[in-house]
Amino acid sequence: MTDWLKQKKERARRLEEVASLVSGKVVQPADVTALLERIICSGDRVCLEGDNQKQADFLAECLTRVDPSQVHDLHIVQSGLVLSEHLDLFRLGIARKLDFSYSGPQSGAIARALDQGKIKLGAIHTYIELFARYYVDLTPNVSLIAAVSADRNGNLYTGPNTEDTPTIVEATAYKNGIVIAQVNKIVDTVPRIDIPGDQIDFIVEAPKPFYVEPLFTRDPAAVTETQILMAMIALKGIYAEYRPRRLNHGIGFATAAIELLLPTYGEQLGLRGEVATHWALNPHPTLIPAIESGWVQQIHCFGSEVGMDRYMSARPDIYFIGHDGTLRSNRLLCQNAGLYACDMFIGSTLQIDLAGNSSTVTPDRIAGFGGAPNMGADAHGRRHVSDAWLKAGREAAGNDGPLVRGRKLVVQMVETFGEGMKPAFVEELDSIALARKLGMPLAPVMIFGDDVTHIVTEEGIANLLLCRNADDVEQAIRGVAGYTPVGLARDRAKVEALRERGVIRRPEDLGINLLQADRNLLAARSIRDLVTWSDGLYAPPSKFRNW
Amino acid sequence: MEKFTIHTQAKAVLRGKSSNAFTGVVASGNLEILFERKDNSLDVTVEVMTASHGYQAVWEAVIKDFVDRTSPGGVHIAIHDNGARPDTVLLRLMQGARLMGAQS
Amino acid sequence: MIPENIMNEPSWYESSARARINGLLDAGSFSEILGPQDKIMSPHLALFDLPPAFDDGMIIGRGLIDGRPVAVAAQEGQFMGGTFAEVSGAKLVGLLRSVASAAGTSQAVSTVVLLLDTGGVRLQEANAGEMAVSETIRAVLDVRRAGVPVVALIGGRAGAFGGGGLVTACCSHIVISEQGRISVSGPEVIETNKGVEEFDSHDRALVWRITGGRSRVLLGGADSYVKGDISSFRQTAAQARNSAPSLSLETLEREQERLEQRLSSYGDCRDTPEIWTLAGLPTPDKIADLTEDEFISLLAKGGRRHDAR
Repeated sequence: MTDWLKQKKERARRLEEVASLVSGKVVQPADVTALLERIICSGDRVCLEGDNQKQADFLAECLTRVDPSQVHDLHIVQSGLVLSEHLDLFRLGIARKLDFSYSGPQSGAIARALDQGKIKLGAIHTYIELFARYYVDLTPNVSLIAAVSADRNGNLYTGPNTEDTPTIVEATAYKNGIVIAQVNKIVDTVPRIDIPGDQIDFIVEAPKPFYVEPLFTRDPAAVTETQILMAMIALKGIYAEYRPRRLNHGIGFATAAIELLLPTYGEQLGLRGEVATHWALNPHPTLIPAIESGWVQQIHCFGSEVGMDRYMSARPDIYFIGHDGTLRSNRLLCQNAGLYACDMFIGSTLQIDLAGNSSTVTPDRIAGFGGAPNMGADAHGRRHVSDAWLKAGREAAGNDGPLVRGRKLVVQMVETFGEGMKPAFVEELDSIALARKLGMPLAPVMIFGDDVTHIVTEEGIANLLLCRNADDVEQAIRGVAGYTPVGLARDRAKVEALRERGVIRRPEDLGINLLQADRNLLAARSIRDLVTWSDGLYAPPSKFRNW
Repeated sequence: MEKFTIHTQAKAVLRGKSSNAFTGVVASGNLEILFERKDNSLDVTVEVMTASHGYQAVWEAVIKDFVDRTSPGGVHIAIHDNGARPDTVLLRLMQGARLMGAQS
Repeated sequence: MIPENIMNEPSWYESSARARINGLLDAGSFSEILGPQDKIMSPHLALFDLPPAFDDGMIIGRGLIDGRPVAVAAQEGQFMGGTFAEVSGAKLVGLLRSVASAAGTSQAVSTVVLLLDTGGVRLQEANAGEMAVSETIRAVLDVRRAGVPVVALIGGRAGAFGGGGLVTACCSHIVISEQGRISVSGPEVIETNKGVEEFDSHDRALVWRITGGRSRVLLGGADSYVKGDISSFRQTAAQARNSAPSLSLETLEREQERLEQRLSSYGDCRDTPEIWTLAGLPTPDKIADLTEDEFISLLAKGGRRHDAR
C-alpha cells in the first residue's frame, strides 16, 4: 500500500533530531550550526532568504559552517545570490546546484564558479518565475529566513522589508518543509503579524540586525546633464505622448533624473495628475519631491529602502502601511502588479543589439535579471484597457480594428557610451559569447527586442512600435546610437527617412530647449535636498552624507 | 594635448545676432566653447584643443552632425576640452548655437 | 513640504561662476573685463599638457546690485579647482586696485563682491600663485582702507581653502551657505601630512563639522548664513555692506581680543560638538541635522554678533 505520509513523517523525524537543541521554538545562536547539520539533509532544496535588499545573513554564515561530509549537494533555490557566504556554500562543497534570479555584487564570482564547474546551474529566473516554481517543482525542503522580530510562538514581524518572506514560507510550510527564522529581536508582542507562528518552526535572535542593501538610493549629485537631457526627452516624447498613469521605473540614474524632473520640467509640460500617478516601485528617495508636490497617488513596493521607513510611515495615503504604522512590502505581489497593472516600464540596460535585445550580462559577469524581464514584458494575459496601452498597441499594428490589443510601453533608456567609454550599442550581445562559453542553451537576455517599444538615448527616441521590418528596427537603433561604432555605421538617408516618419525623434523635433538641460532643473540636487523635501523624515545612510 | 582645426561648410549662415557666445567649463569630462561670428559666409572653422588623444575622427563626426543640424555658417568655434564624451560635446555645441540665436 | 528655494531657484553650489554672477547682479548689468573673447589665458598649462580656459577661471567686471554699482570677481571652482595663478591672480588684483584708486571718484563702486571658490594656489604655477594670494590680500586691505567694503560669498564646490581661506578672512563680511567651507589646510592636505588618525578626509560629516558653513558662522569665521540658492546669496550680499565694519585699529584690536578669548575657551576641543556643548547650544550633536529653517532660527536666537574683522 502506498505511504501517503512520507513527507510528514520525514518532517517529524527531523524535528525530533533537534529537540534537544531548542526550547519551544527558540534556538540559541551558538546552536544554530548544529541544528542546521541535523535538520538539513544532503540533496535538500534550501532557500536561504536573500534578495537584492534583505539578507538572512546570520543563518547564511551558520550554514557555511556545517560539516560538508554530513551536509552536501544542496540545491539552493533563492532569488538573490548576494553575500560572499552564498558563494562559499558552493566553494566548500555544501551546495551543488543553483536556481536563482539576481546576483548583483557576486555576478563576477558566479561567472567564475560556473566556469570552474563549482556550480551546477539550473536556470536564471525572473523573480516571479522562481517564486512560481517554488509551488511547482522547486519547493524548498528547508527555508532560512529573516524577520525584524518574533514572539515566542514564532509569529513574525517582517516589517517594511517583508519582500520575499511570505512567498517562501507559504511554499515551504504547506509542503511539510521546515522554516527557521533569524530575527533582530525576540519580543513579547510583535507590532503586527506578517507571518503566523504556525508556519514557523524555529526562531533565533541574531547577534546583529539582518543586512539590508540601500540598492535604490540614487544620489542626485551624480545625475549628469546628459541624463537630464534624456529625462527631458522621455518626459516630452513618451510621458506626454502616451500619458501612462501606472508605471514602474528601473534603478538607473536616467530614471532617477525623470523622477527629479517631474515637479519642474513635468510641471512645465502640464503633466501633473495626467501621468505617473500610480506606481509599482521600491521606495526611491528620488521620488520624494514628486510625492511632496502632489504628483503621486499610490505606490506599492517590492521591498523597502534604507532610511525611508519614517517618511513612508508619515505618508500612509501614498504607501501600503500596516495598522502598526510601518510599510508592508511584498515582492511577489508587486512584481505581479508591475506585470499586469502597469502601462509602462522604463529602465536602463548595459547593452542593446541591432534587434533591440538588451542585456546586463558582460563576458565575466552574470548579474541575473531580478524583476526587469517581467516589468519589461508585454503581459499577453492582460485584458483591461487603458489609453496608453491601446495607443501603443495601435501604433504597433498600424490600425485600430476591434481586435487590436494594446501593448505595454517598454522603454529602454541608455547613454550611448557607458562607463569607461564602453559603447552601449553592439552588433552582438556579450551574453551570446558567454552562453557559448558556458554551454547554455539560451543566452541570457534581460528584455527581448520584440518587447521593447522605445529606446531613449541622448540622441533622441527610437520608436520601435512604428518600425515595420527588421531593417527599420536596425536603422532606428543606429540612428540613436550616437558616435558608437554602431551609430557611426548608420545609413544616413534611411535614418533621415525614419525621422520624417516620426520613428526617430531628436530633441529639436520635440521642441526641447537644450539650455534647460542643466542640473539646476532637478527638483533636488543632493541627498541633503531630499532630506529637506522630506521635512527631515528621510534618514539616508551615512555613506550618502555630504554635510 | 592634441590640437587640430576642422574646416567645413554649412548650408546657411547661422541665425541670430549675437557676435559671440560662450558656454561650458574646462572641468573633468567637460569642455568650454567660444563661438565668434566672423562674416556672412558659409565657412565654419572649429579649433579643437583636447586632453584626450586619438579621437579626431569622432570629433569630425560630431562636428558634421552639428553643422547639419544647426547650419552655423560664418562662425569660428574654439574648444577647450578636458575629456568630454561625444554626447557632451554635441550638447555644448547645440547649446552654444542656441545662445548665438537666442541673444540679440 | 515643497522647499521653494530648492525647487525653483538655481543652486549656488551647482551653478558655474558665470551663472552665479548672472543671478547675483541686476539682470543685464554685468560688464565683463577681459572676457573669454579676449583669450587672456595661462601661458603655463600647456607645459603640463593641460587645456587652458579662455578666462583662466577668473571672471571679473562691474555691475549693479539693486541699482548700486559693484565690482565683482568670481572663481570657477570646476576649472583647476578655482586656483590662484598668474593670469587669474593678476585679473583679481587689477580689479581690486582699480576699485581702490577709483574710490571717491565718479567711477567708485559701493562694494566689491568676491565669489571665491578655490582650493588655493595652482600647483602648476605655484610661485606666481603664492604671489597672487599675497597681492590679493594687500589689494583687499587697500580697498577696505579706501572705504569700500569687500564681501566674500562662499558656497561653491571647492570651498575657500589655502590662500583662498586667507583672502576670505581679510574681507569685510563673509556670507556662507551650509555647503560652503573655509579653511587654510584642506582635509586631504591634513590627512596626507598628519595621518588619517588626525583627520579622515573621506569622513564627509567630519569635514563639514570642522570647515563647513554652519560651524564657521557659529564660530565667527563667517558673518551671515544663507540657504544655498543664488537668490538668498543675492539678498544677503545686497545688505552686507551696511553691517561691514571699517578697517580700523579699533576693529582689529577687538577681533584680536575675540580670537584670544575663543582660543582660551575652546582651544582644547577636538571637534565642534564639544565647542557647542561649552557654548551652551541646544542639541550640540545635532547641529548638522537641523533643517535650514531650524538652524537659521537658532542663529537668530543666539544673537551671536561679533565684529569678526
